[in-house]
Parts: sequence; structure tokens; C-alpha cells
Amino acid sequence: MSASVATPGRIRPRRTKNYRLRAWVTEGLCILLGVVLVIWSVLPIYNMIMVAVQPHGDVFTSSTYPVNPTLGAFWQVIDESYWYVEHFWHQYYNSLYMGAMTVFLTLLIASLTSFAVGRMRIRHGWVITNAALLTYVIPATFLSIPFYVIMNDYGMVNNIWAVIASLVTFATPYAIFIFLNYGASIPMELDEAARIDGASPIQVYWRIYLPLMAPAMVAVGTYALLLSWNEFLYQYLLLSSDRSMTVAVALAQFLNSDESPWNIMMATAIIYAMLPVAVYYMFRSKMSAGLTMGGVKG
Amino acid sequence: MDGMQGMQTAPALPQGAGTYTLPQHRRRLWRGGLHGTEYTWAVAFCIPYMAIFLAFVIYPVLYGLWMGHSPALYEQLWEDPIYRMSIVNTIIYLAVGVNVKLFFALLLSGFFMRKQLWVKGLLVIFVLPWAVPALPTFLSIHWMLNSQWGLLDNMLWNWFHIDGPQFLDTSRWLALGSVIVAYIWKWMPFWTVILLAGRMAIPQELYESAEVDGATGIRQFTHVTFPLLANLYLICTLLSTIFTMGDFTTVYFVSGGGPALTTNVLATLGIRDAYTVGQPDVGMAAVMTALPLLIPLVLILMRKMRTAEVQL
Repeated sequence: MSASVATPGRIRPRRTKNYRLRAWVTEGLCILLGVVLVIWSVLPIYNMIMVAVQPHGDVFTSSTYPVNPTLGAFWQVIDESYWYVEHFWHQYYNSLYMGAMTVFLTLLIASLTSFAVGRMRIRHGWVITNAALLTYVIPATFLSIPFYVIMNDYGMVNNIWAVIASLVTFATPYAIFIFLNYGASIPMELDEAARIDGASPIQVYWRIYLPLMAPAMVAVGTYALLLSWNEFLYQYLLLSSDRSMTVAVALAQFLNSDESPWNIMMATAIIYAMLPVAVYYMFRSKMSAGLTMGGVKG
Repeated sequence: MDGMQGMQTAPALPQGAGTYTLPQHRRRLWRGGLHGTEYTWAVAFCIPYMAIFLAFVIYPVLYGLWMGHSPALYEQLWEDPIYRMSIVNTIIYLAVGVNVKLFFALLLSGFFMRKQLWVKGLLVIFVLPWAVPALPTFLSIHWMLNSQWGLLDNMLWNWFHIDGPQFLDTSRWLALGSVIVAYIWKWMPFWTVILLAGRMAIPQELYESAEVDGATGIRQFTHVTFPLLANLYLICTLLSTIFTMGDFTTVYFVSGGGPALTTNVLATLGIRDAYTVGQPDVGMAAVMTALPLLIPLVLILMRKMRTAEVQL
């Protein structure tokens, strides 16, 4: 009995005595962890920048920092003066076009579907949500082989629309989930009021649903853009001609040569990576954790 | 306890892809249901998605099953030592990569719960690997690991006068380990953010009452945080395993399947057989051997998502 009464009294002074020390140690360990995390996160990106600002010869030395930093490699990419990057801007345009079309079609198709399923409550809507869930859990890589064979049969190889089709296919399910979840928070009375006033479904969709869904549209649009920028396999399989290929495919081609111009390659990679990084950090606040979920789809 | 259960099912957890379940009492939202032209409109709205689903999911799936239906293909595969090695690699890649990544993500999500401003700033840097597109970073890692001029080798040589190991050129295990580390580097931030959101959804009062009851530090984690995060953690593990099974880019760019084709996983081997070797049906058969693992995972995942109504 007396022991159990004594226990709190025995522990408390010991905790207060060491409190300062323990707080300092914890804080110190946290800062140490922070430093390790920064090095861990930044190292490959530092390497990318370091190689890009080195002259070609310096890449093949044992320096850990750029000895003679130069932006020469970036200029060579920008004015396409090296033969590996002679179509760079055309390829960048292809990537951009592919990304923009993927964003547009994903938003359009997913919002129409989620409007019919979530707002109009079409009968057998569960078929559509299950179809979307099924698509979400099929690894895209596994489907690439039959997809390529089919596209080959239809003569769609080297056509960027074949890639857009695959990207939209794998982006819409996730977009539909987000829209259904987000749409559930919008009061249904708005739709009903508009309907009583004689609005047709397409008017309700256009004038009520879409404006209210704007935040979710921004998040899903960002997601679709990042997806198209991250995707490599379908572009690699489907786009092989100089005129049709995207920057991602061109980047991978660098690896085929023996003495790769690594500085130009990394400069290209940095220019390529800038857009999604900028877009991501611009809309980071809009992409709550769940909204970024689909970004891991392999 | 009821309160805790309720918390897990509440939409307080991060939103996102989950099963979309209709409300229990099925309120008629467009009151009176759909009439005439409205029904036609609703069907019309669904047609684009259904067309995409049929043309680019169902048709390729059936086509793929048909391509890989012949048992002879599997006999041919099984006799290929590279294929057997790829199966082992895939299992290691999934078992180690996914679990180590998620375990660290779980711990780090606790670290990022700290209130200091610099920790919030650190999170912005920490998500950088995820925000930068995969391809440029993997190319960079590939060059970093170069045994002669790579950054890691240079660092070891300049600072410690150690001749760094040949990460990608000679040893299968070093190369596979490099791929796994690159994979963890790329995807850990993302899952940390997911688990961080899960932690933030836990009401602070639970910790306060736990503290009153004498649970501090590690015991708060084992008795409050983990029981509440367990379901989310399990779903993350399942989803991540499924996604990682289809991961092509990491292996292809970091090790390229080398040295001597010893670090391929099923995804890269399938693509290699289908395009480099030029036998699409063999490649299809190779990726289809992942189905005995994929299908049970998908079934458990769907069940988990439905019963728990966790919204990822």
C-alpha cells in the first residue's frame, strides 16, 4: 500500500532534476536528425546540379564540388547546339502538350463521371467506382505490353495520343475518387434549387458543380501533370522517332552512348524537372496528404 | 474504446482514393430520382469514362491474358535462370524496400509532428525527392554510384582515402541494395506525409489523458498512436506493395538490371523479354507470374478499405 502511494513522489523529483538535460539532449538529437535528413534528401539533387555546372572534362575527375562552375551546358541545351539535344524544344513542347492534354482530359472525364455518380446518383453507379478501383490497383507496367501490341496494330506507335490515352486511363480513377469525396461536402440543395429553376443537368454541372469543385480540380490537375512528368515506360515504348519523342525518352537515350555528355544530360534533366517542381510547390497547400496519394502509382 | 473506433472510421483521416460508399439511408438527392432526359444525360456523362475503361483497361487485360495463356511459355520461363533470379529479386525488393521505407516513414512522421518552425521548413526540403520527377533523380543516382567518377566514390576517396566499392558493376547484392536505397529515397517522403496526416487526425485529448494515466514517450506510441494508425499503416503497406510490384523506372535507371542481368525484377524482365528480346508473349507471361501475389493483395486491400471505410 505505502509503496504505491510513494511511487509518484519518488518519480517526480527525478524527472524535474533531469528535465533540462533531457530537453537539451532531445533537442540536440532532433537537430542531428534534421541535418542527416537534409543531406539524405538533397545529395542526389546536389549531384545533379554539380554535374550540370561542370565543363565536360571536369565531370570525369574526383572532385566533390564544381571546380570551374559554368552554365555552358545549360546554354548548349537552350540553343540546341549539341547534337544530342538538337530537338530539345520540340521534345519539351511534346512533353508539355502531353501533360496539358492529360490534365484537361482527366479533369473533364473524371468530373463528368463523378457528377453523374455522386450528384445525379445514376443507378449502378457502384459499377463505375469499382471499375475505377480496379484500374487503380492494376500496375500500369503490366498492361504496357498488351497496350503496346494493340497500339501497334492500330498504327498508333509514335503518336503522342497513344501515350495521352494511357495516362488519362491511369489518372482518371484517382481523380474520380477525389471528386466523389470532395463533392460529398457540397450541399445537394444547390443542385435541387437550380433544377427547380429549370436548369438542365449540363447547366447544373457547368454553373454549380464545376465552380464549387475548383480546389479539388487544382489538386487533381497538379496530380495529373506530375503523373505525366513522372511517367516513363509508355513514352519509351510508344515514342521512338525524333519528332514524336518527349524529353523523358530523349534523356534515357543519353545512356546508350559510351562517353555520355553527363553535364548536358543533367542540365537537360534540371530544365525538365523545373516545371513540375514549381507547380508542386505552388500548389502544395492545396494538395493535402490524401490528394497526393495517387502520385505513387507505378 | 468506442471513441477510438469511431475516430478511425471518421473522414478525419486524409481524404483520397478509397472506396466511395453511398450514405446508409440512401437519401434521394436529386429528389424523385432521375426522369427522362435527365437519365439520358447521366448516362452520357458516364460514357467517356466507361469507353476509356473498356478500351484501355479491359481490352488490354483480356489481350494480355490471351497472350500469356500458353503453359509452354511458363516452362520456357522457368528454365531461364535469369527469370528465377528475377523472382528472388522481386521478393527481396518488395519485402525490404516497402517495409523499411514504411517503417522509417512511420518514425519520421512522428518527428515531423514537432511544433518548431525549423521542422516545418525541413519538411519542405524533405519532400523534394518526391516532387522532382523520377527520371532525372534516378539518372543522377546512377551517376553518383559510378565506380570511377561518381560522387559517392569521390567523397570516400577525398575525405577518407577509401577506394569506394563498385556499386553497380560487379556485385548483384550491392547493385540490388543500391536500387532499394534509391527506391526508399524517392518514395519515403510521400508515405511520411500520408502517415503524418494520419497522426494529425488523432485527437490531442487522447494523448493528454494518456499522460494523466502515466503513459509517456514510447508507451504513448505503443498504446495510443500505433493502435490508431495500424489500419492506415496496413493499407499503406498493401498499396505500396502493389504499386512497387509494377515499378519499372527505379530498377531500369539505377542498375539497369545489371550487372549481367542479375538485378532485374519481374517488371523490368517482362519489358526486356517483350521488347529487347522481341518476344511479347514471354514478357507478358513473366509479368503474369506476379498475379498469384497481386490478386490476394488486391482482395485484402479492397476488403480492408471497405470494412474500415478508411479514406486514404
